[in-house]
This record gives sequence, C-alpha cells and structure tokens, in this order.
Amino acid sequence: MTSQLREKFEEALFPPVVALLIALVCGDLLIMSYGQSPAAVYRMLLEGTWGNAYGFGQVLYKATALTFTGLAVSIGIRAGLFNVGAESQLAAGGFLAAMMGLALSPGVPGVLAVPLCMLAAAAGGGVVGAIPGVLKVKFGAHEVIVTIMLNFVVLALLNWGIANHLNVPETLHTTEIDAGAIPRLEAFIGAFHGSAANLSLLVAIVTAILAWFFLFRSRRGFELRAVGLQPDAAEYGGVSVGGVWFRALTLSGAIAGLGGINYVLGYKHYYEEGFAGGAGYLGIAVALVGRNHPLGVVLAALFFATLSQGGLAIHALVPKQMAEVLQGVVILAVAMSVPEVRRALRQSRRPVAA
Amino acid sequence: MRKLLIVAVALLVVHAALLFAGGRGVTESARPGATDVGIVLDVGGRGDKSFNDGAYAGADSATRILGPNIRFIEPGEGSDREAGLRLLAAEEMDLVIGVGFIFSDDITNLAKEYPAISFACVDYALSVDDKGNVIPPPPNVAALKFREEEGSFLVGALAALVGKSKKVGFVGGMDIPLIHKFEAGYRAGVKHVCPDCTVVAQYAGVTPEAFKNPGKGKELALSQYQSGVNVIFHASGSTGQGVFEAARATRKLAIGVDADQADEAPGFVLTSMVKGVDAAVFDAIQRVQNKTFAGGIYSFGLKEGGVGYIYDEKNKHLIPDDVHARVEQLEQEIIAGRIKVPSTR
Repeated sequence: MTSQLREKFEEALFPPVVALLIALVCGDLLIMSYGQSPAAVYRMLLEGTWGNAYGFGQVLYKATALTFTGLAVSIGIRAGLFNVGAESQLAAGGFLAAMMGLALSPGVPGVLAVPLCMLAAAAGGGVVGAIPGVLKVKFGAHEVIVTIMLNFVVLALLNWGIANHLNVPETLHTTEIDAGAIPRLEAFIGAFHGSAANLSLLVAIVTAILAWFFLFRSRRGFELRAVGLQPDAAEYGGVSVGGVWFRALTLSGAIAGLGGINYVLGYKHYYEEGFAGGAGYLGIAVALVGRNHPLGVVLAALFFATLSQGGLAIHALVPKQMAEVLQGVVILAVAMSVPEVRRALRQSRRPVAA
Repeated sequence: MRKLLIVAVALLVVHAALLFAGGRGVTESARPGATDVGIVLDVGGRGDKSFNDGAYAGADSATRILGPNIRFIEPGEGSDREAGLRLLAAEEMDLVIGVGFIFSDDITNLAKEYPAISFACVDYALSVDDKGNVIPPPPNVAALKFREEEGSFLVGALAALVGKSKKVGFVGGMDIPLIHKFEAGYRAGVKHVCPDCTVVAQYAGVTPEAFKNPGKGKELALSQYQSGVNVIFHASGSTGQGVFEAARATRKLAIGVDADQADEAPGFVLTSMVKGVDAAVFDAIQRVQNKTFAGGIYSFGLKEGGVGYIYDEKNKHLIPDDVHARVEQLEQEIIAGRIKVPSTR
C-alpha cells in the first residue's frame, strides 16, 4: 500500500469508527438508564435487523430510499450547494410516478411501463430541484431558503390534491397503479416474504455507481467539484458557475425524485400522503456520515436503515426514541470527529513529511 | 496517530465494560396464559390527547381489569406500520390492534396471512369494488368505526342554542374527509335548531402538521370570535389548544373533541364531543379474552354509546336546562332514526 493511499484510507476510516464508538458508549449509558443490559439490547437490535431475512429485507428497503436522498444531497454539497429540499423532491417524484402508472393502461408491458414511471419520478424531483436552481442563478436567491420553503409549498400542494381529488374515499392514497409495478425481492427469494424490499434496490445501486462515475470520471463532474471547492477559481478556469449550479440542483432533485419509486412502484403501488416520512431530511445525515462519496452514502444509508428498523425491534426493552437519539449522537459525533480526527492525523504525520 | 488509537481503544474498553453491566435483561414479567395484545399506534404517537391516547387509555384500563399482556409499538415512517403489525403477528399475539384508518390496507392483507390471529382497526376505511359495493373486512378483522357526525350534530345544536348570535364557528385540523364528517354533522345540528344561522368553518391546513399547530388554531379562533361567533367547535388535535387559548382570552366558549377537554380552559369549555376509542379498544380486548371475538364492521354511534357529549358538574352552569332537554330529545330522535345525520359536506 502506498503511503498516500494509506493516508486516504486512514482519513476515510478513522472518523466513522471513532464516531461509532462514541455513539455506542452513549447508547450504553442510555440503555442502562432504562435499567436494561446494553448487550441484550444490541443483540436484539442486530437479531431484528441483520439477523433474519424479514428484518434484513426491511433494512434494504429503508436503505434504498436513503441511498437516493443521500446521493441527492451529496451531489449538491459537492457543488457547494446545500439542498434541503430532498423531502419534497422525493414526494413529487413518487407522486408523478404514481400518476404515470395510473395513466398507462394495464396492458403496457413492464419493460416499457417501469422506465416511463421512473422517468416521471426523476422529472418530478428534477422540476422541484430546478426551481431553486433558476432562482439562484437568475436572482441570487439562497438555495437553502428556497428549498426549505419549496418543501412546504410542494408538500402542501400534493396533500391538497390527494386529500380532495385523487384519493380513495376515507383514505389518503390514490388507487393502485395499473402499470409500472416493480417486483418485490420475495418474488425471487422466498425468505424475504412480507418485507417491502424490492428491485428499486438495484436502481439505487446503479444510481450510486453512475453518480461516482459522473463525479470522479467525467468532465461535467470535475467542473461540478471545482465549483464546489472554489467557484471563483472555477469561473476563472472557464467554467460557467451558474450553469453548474443549475445542473447540480436539477440533478440532485431528479435523484431524490427517483427515490419515490421505492415506495410507489416497489412497495404499495400507490401514492400516499406523507410516504416520504422524513427520508429526505435523513438524506442530509446520510450524506454527512457518508462523506459525500457514493460508496460512503450507500454504507451510511445501510447504517441509518439498520438503526431505524432496529428501533422497532428493541421496542420491547427500550422506547423507540432511543434509536432516534442514537441517530442524533452518530450525526453529531461524525460532524465533530471528522475535523478532529483529520487534525490528529495531520499532526502525527507532520514529522515524517518534513 | 498514537493519540487517536489511544482514544479509540479507551472508548472500546469503556464500551466493553458497560456492555454487560446491569440490567434486567428481559421485559417485565409476562404473565403466562394471559391474553397477548399488541397495539400499533398511529404516527402521532402517545400524547396526542386524541385517539392514540384514547387507545392507550382503553388498553390501560383493560390491563387493570382484564389483565392481558399488552405491547405497544410506535412506528416511525410509512413502512414501519406494516413492520410493526408483522412483528406482533409473528409473535403470535392473540389480538393485534392498529390505531388509525391508515392501517386499513396493511391489516386487511396481514389478516389473510394470519387467519388464527384476531385483528382490530380503529377508524378502519372500507374499500369498495369496481361496482361500488363495500368489500367487507376479512373474517378475523374487527373494523371499529365511529359515527362522529352524530355526536357533532348534538354539539352543533348546543352551540347554536347557547351561542345566541346566529353565527357559530368550526375549526378543523387537516382538510380531509375524516374531519369533514365532524363538520357535516355539526352543520346539520346547527341548521336543525336554527335554520337561519351560519356556520363559519375553517381548517388549519392541508398537511398532518395542521393537527399540531396551536398558533394557527388561536389565529383562526380569534378571527372567528371577533366576527361575532360565540361558540367554536374544534376537531383539530393539539391545534385545539390554540382555540381554547383564544376562548379564554376573549371570554367566549369552545367545544372540545375526542376526550373531555374541560380542563384545557376551565369555565370556557361548553362541552366536548367524545369519541369512545378507549371503550372500543377495551371491548375488543374483552371479546378476545372471552373468546367471543368476531370480525365484521362495528359502528359506534350515539346508540352504542360510542360517541356523545359531556354534561356534568363542570359545565352544567353553561348549559340552561331547557337547552339540555332539547339536546337530549334530539339524541333520542337520532337513536330512533327519525333524524338522519349526513356524514359528508
């Protein structure tokens, strides 16, 4: 291993390990404050998630949505933009996917219907993402403010539509889509029976690979990262900063919107009020913990999905909120330990380098 | 580098030391042989002073009187609802209850998969087939439905008779069909006793947040009171806290919902339209325990005591005797079927 590669490796590995240890110790104390044994609770958490096929399927299902939103947020951050709108982009994507699935006739074969629905999902999220892009480039409106406000506007519009016009009576969801359903994993592997995990998983993995290729192997991706690091320098180097911002926010929105297929096409086959359920906001944490790298995002998504599903599993011993507190501790620990660990690593290396 | 390793190792040692420290290990002693009941609450969770708390209260009194083992699950996001139900079903509970219409689909599907387990769903939404016929729930599902419009009708009549201003108010939470039922019944009640009265109906919003926005509730209520409304009925979860605050500030009257809310603004709560989620949950547990559980649609209205209004020591002085007598009479007429209360606007 070359020393440069080793340094990179250490820098990538140490912060999450230290953060995880901090979180574990905090978890120990919390669990003990409920009079339970940490070992028993952690065992139950693992048994309920990675320990059986159903639990593992649920982890995969939750990780799928988080991968999409995590990738969306991290692409924004790579361009120096903070997209807080993944929640409404996800919802808009799911909504348009459902509308496309309802518009197509039942006879349309899956090979045609599924891509069309996916396209609709990406378009839905992309449009919601493009709005802050335009406003930033044309008027200098800050994307954080715009995306936060758009969350309210878009979610309220969707809810109004679903509550008054498109719902099945007495419910807050549409009828089931006629075409474009994505099969569940249980159709291939019987052990996953009952779990919501579906082939959207593969779409998420492919999206992560494409995102990696885009960011680190394409010219556009290079421009995007250059703008994120130093917009003025990038501009001087001949990059159209406004164009990059617009494309980054649109792409970010499209990826978040594509995440809507997980619930709508893969799980329930209808759009339901509030299906996003915070996955958009959690995507920010996933991007942070995953260090804005597609591989890191996938791993972080799996981690947060495990905590979320584990929270249900340990319900008999400790309140579900404990998993949420742990989630918060991990986020804080990562946010703090990344710069700290980096500093420590640099200090230890200095005498060698000099 | 070394410093970092020391920190990491130190954390690891602390963790390992704590890992096996203390703790009872298992859940509180489950009574063997007792009925096992699992309850999955709606996303709102406990503390909503509405149907989640109602279900909890019902389960709580069942624990004291009937002595079943009860487990609660509070789901996080959408797929957790099914996951929570499955978790309980997989543990072979005797009864699994979903609190909220949002569980309807999941319970319907799961009940077919676990025919030996009894299920109950509060506010179960019946689905209809292509021809518009109602599809009955599976045989092991008790659909607990409430005719909120009947109770709302009575408090509507009460509001019009006590308010005396030809104008009565309504503050809804989220603008959805379930809440429209309250409004429809309330309107009908007002019009029944006072045909030339107008009802000012406003909603706090179109998202679930509308059920927990006391600021908005106060704003709506204040503007209604200022426009000449003397009594406001709220069906808006904790948004209603703002309605009560406005009632206190303007010294006018408000009507509570779901549970007796007299203590939210003592002296300014005319009455409350109560919905007996607690009784329905208790009833379901009792039936399973007595082995008399049967699936089907259970509709709770005035006749069954599933809905009603509060008339007790705390609010007697606000309701004149002749008004009370009139409302009692209306109640009998609804029970007898002479008055048909609409459930849609």
